[in-house]
Amino acid sequence: MSKETNFIFNQTPQVVQKKKYCRFKKHGIKHIDYKDKDFLLKFINEQGKILPRRITGTSLKFQRKISVAVKRARHLSLLPFVADGLK
Amino acid sequence: MSLKQYETVIILTPVLSEQQMKDAVAGYRGLITDNGGEIVHEENWGLTKLAYPIDKKGTGFYHLFEFKASPEFIKTWELTFRRDERIMRYLTLSLDRWAIEFNLKKRSGEIKSSSTAKEKKAANNAVVELDEED
Repeated sequence: MSKETNFIFNQTPQVVQKKKYCRFKKHGIKHIDYKDKDFLLKFINEQGKILPRRITGTSLKFQRKISVAVKRARHLSLLPFVADGLK
Repeated sequence: MSLKQYETVIILTPVLSEQQMKDAVAGYRGLITDNGGEIVHEENWGLTKLAYPIDKKGTGFYHLFEFKASPEFIKTWELTFRRDERIMRYLTLSLDRWAIEFNLKKRSGEIKSSSTAKEKKAANNAVVELDEED
């Protein structure tokens, strides 16, 4: 059964995805500003949760910095802890 | 005594009048300079809407201090915030060299935050629209 589904799956044409990249490494950004809330909005979903790096493509080093920056912004009430329809 | 560079954002209650807010800020500015610190930069964001209510209030006066001070001073600095009822929230960070560089560039206009870039874009669009009318 599983072989069969595999076979069908393999037959569907593969969509070539653009390779994800870390925008901080690409543009040489060294510091993430926690006060710039419109920038941080790119890294949270509409519920206000931090997006995983498998979606944004951010490298681990900068993902950690983003998570700290978002949490600082939340503390200062620049970003919500929980939201509905943020975007 | 070596000085380190710090950055503090405070949120003051919206109950204060404009003048009272300025007095409070002036008081804190004096506290830095009296303790051998040095103010590098200040920003007043004015009355800003909060993302969620704090102390049942929907807005607050934001004020940012960037200053040099000795590490011992930070303890008293934050203690005064905790004692002060006018202050709803505060956040103090010690700045690393990237952050200092970033702030310098931001002030000189080399880096623009997304929010200001957006405003500029909107302004540019408005200009374009005006041109089209002519």
